[in-house]
Amino acid sequence: MTIIKTLFASLVLTFGLATANAGTLDVVKDRGNLICGSNTGLAGFGNPNDAGVWEGIDVDVCRAVAAAVFGDASKVEYVPLTSKVRFTSLQSGEVDMLSRNTTWTLQRDVELGLEFVGVNYYDGQGFMVRKDLGVSSATELDGASVCIQVGTTTEMNLADYFGANGMSYESIPVETNSEADAAYLAGRCDIYTTDASGLYASRAGYPDPSAHVVLPEIVSKEPLGPSVRGNDSEWADVVRWSLNAMIIAEEKGITSGNVDDMIANSPDPETQRLLGVKAGYGAWLGLDDAWAANIIRQVGNYSESFEKHIGVNTPINIERGLNALYKDGGILYAPPFR
Amino acid sequence: MINDMSPYLNSNKIFIWSKKNLFSSWINSIMTIIALIFIYKVGTFFLNWAIFEADFITNFRGEIITDRTFCSKNIEVGQHGACWSIIFVRFHQFMYGFYPVEEAWRVNVIYALLPLALIGILFDKLPFRKIFIYFTFAFPFIAYFMLYGGPGLSVVATNKWGGLLVTLFLGVTGIALAFPLSIFLALGRRSNMPIVKSICVVFIEFIRGVPLITLLFTANVMLPLFLPEGVKPDNLLRALVAVTLFQSAYMAEAIRGGLQAIPRGQIEAAQSLGLNYWQTTRKIILPQALKIAIPPIVNTCIGLFKDTSLVLIIGLFDLLGIGRAALSDITWTKLYYEVYVFVSLIFFIFCFGMSRYSLYLEKKLKTDN
Repeated sequence: MTIIKTLFASLVLTFGLATANAGTLDVVKDRGNLICGSNTGLAGFGNPNDAGVWEGIDVDVCRAVAAAVFGDASKVEYVPLTSKVRFTSLQSGEVDMLSRNTTWTLQRDVELGLEFVGVNYYDGQGFMVRKDLGVSSATELDGASVCIQVGTTTEMNLADYFGANGMSYESIPVETNSEADAAYLAGRCDIYTTDASGLYASRAGYPDPSAHVVLPEIVSKEPLGPSVRGNDSEWADVVRWSLNAMIIAEEKGITSGNVDDMIANSPDPETQRLLGVKAGYGAWLGLDDAWAANIIRQVGNYSESFEKHIGVNTPINIERGLNALYKDGGILYAPPFR
Repeated sequence: MINDMSPYLNSNKIFIWSKKNLFSSWINSIMTIIALIFIYKVGTFFLNWAIFEADFITNFRGEIITDRTFCSKNIEVGQHGACWSIIFVRFHQFMYGFYPVEEAWRVNVIYALLPLALIGILFDKLPFRKIFIYFTFAFPFIAYFMLYGGPGLSVVATNKWGGLLVTLFLGVTGIALAFPLSIFLALGRRSNMPIVKSICVVFIEFIRGVPLITLLFTANVMLPLFLPEGVKPDNLLRALVAVTLFQSAYMAEAIRGGLQAIPRGQIEAAQSLGLNYWQTTRKIILPQALKIAIPPIVNTCIGLFKDTSLVLIIGLFDLLGIGRAALSDITWTKLYYEVYVFVSLIFFIFCFGMSRYSLYLEKKLKTDN
């Protein structure tokens, strides 16, 4: 088995390297559109809407890259990928980048030969309970029954967390998300646990979403972010800084509404560099100077994208939490633009 | 026949029939009554849910439903009816996928022409059958031009195709291509030529030995790794190749079953008349073998038609995939029953049609009395 694995990995590597020599940025520019690996459908992160247009915060990263490269956020072709085929599709060059709620791990970054260019959503395992239980912290959950999907990392994280806090629990095993929803709603368990974003999305579909709370404790790290092939740092930079531009724009208060005003009037040197008022920064990435301004104009800054697709005013109703800027109490942080 | 001249009225006939079949003993009577109550309960429940209490375009307040919060059952506790709006609002996606709205007429033309292309080969008593057969052979080219585009029509890349279009494309084309291939495979497997025979045996056994999902993965994921850079066969085409190979192996075994049922004497008789191998096969063996093989052939066709929904795992949105994408949208989430009932209904219509046709064919070709 190991031999087969090694053979397969080297095969992937050889051909992966072969595709990289062309330079993804040039390939994308020649082709005239960006091919982006997306989810097959995850509310708020990436799914086609009623009109067949893809939307979500993962989709917005693809759109940002297209806006940076072409000045047109709509020049994206979405290839829906299941979790099983996503990495091979990227390695074989079928997609230029991957933006589909994928956790950044050592193995994926190093052994699979990918390069994660940043984090666009800090996820982690959370707990949801009924409000009338009167619980406000996961540490008060001693002795509770937990609906949990069998054979997942979630199961191990749960055991670790309860063990570390000296608490006991009764496990109610379920197979799928929808089964978990049904069991939890029927009162077969007190707690439902999975990735927090999944809890929010589930809750949005409940008959009375306000009767359930997602507790503040997050017991595992699931940094989700876009990735590219690991041997094309020029292209990785384009994707990385497209995401960073959205984050910096939020930091600087630049929105899709005021971007033109900022270009004309902002005295802040970093804003001027970002928006191409001071020329020359786009060329470093192989783009024109208006690249970041195009992203903000067409896609918006990070906060706009977040609030539009998964924020507190959407049915998914996720607080910024960890995903707030570092100066607002979160850990979202982009390197300086200089 | 005596029964047909029965002096009883129709109602009496029903009475006698039911006394004989449903109420022959007290235990049968009880079971009949329980079954009737069960059918009535389930039937009324389903009809109420699906039709009488259901929302179609508007909810019980008369508002047009644009997302799940407008569904009657999500507004008031007493409301249980289905909320079919998800199907109506996303009808375009269910039928054509992401095919551009203003080009959808092209798919409609093909949907309308498909039955015309099929009846020529399905029914032999048709007037002007020859014209229909010509049309059948021209149809793949017409369909390619209309669906994909060409001179005068804008190109719609296959990644925009989806829904019923992909399901029918893979199902119909897969079956049509696999049928001739499978006949050669079945004949090859029974051939006396060792190389031909071993190639066919290895092909059939290999394809039958792996699940369709594996073939789809291989076609989708492994193939590009082996091909030179820049050569990227179309995603849908790759799925079609996998589906066709899979279907041809299964159909070949069904046909081989028919071939084996032909007595050796038939072949010997044909040879003694001076017919060569191809003449014997075409005029004597195949017509009889295919007739025997109709039920298993149709069986594999129905199986394949349903298996096309597996292409979701390689990122093609067939009918079921579109349904699942609709459910993943927060606008419509949790309307599972509506989507799955609708998708099952469409699959049922096609599969039931195939099964009825095979019955018709069996009856028509029945020569023994």
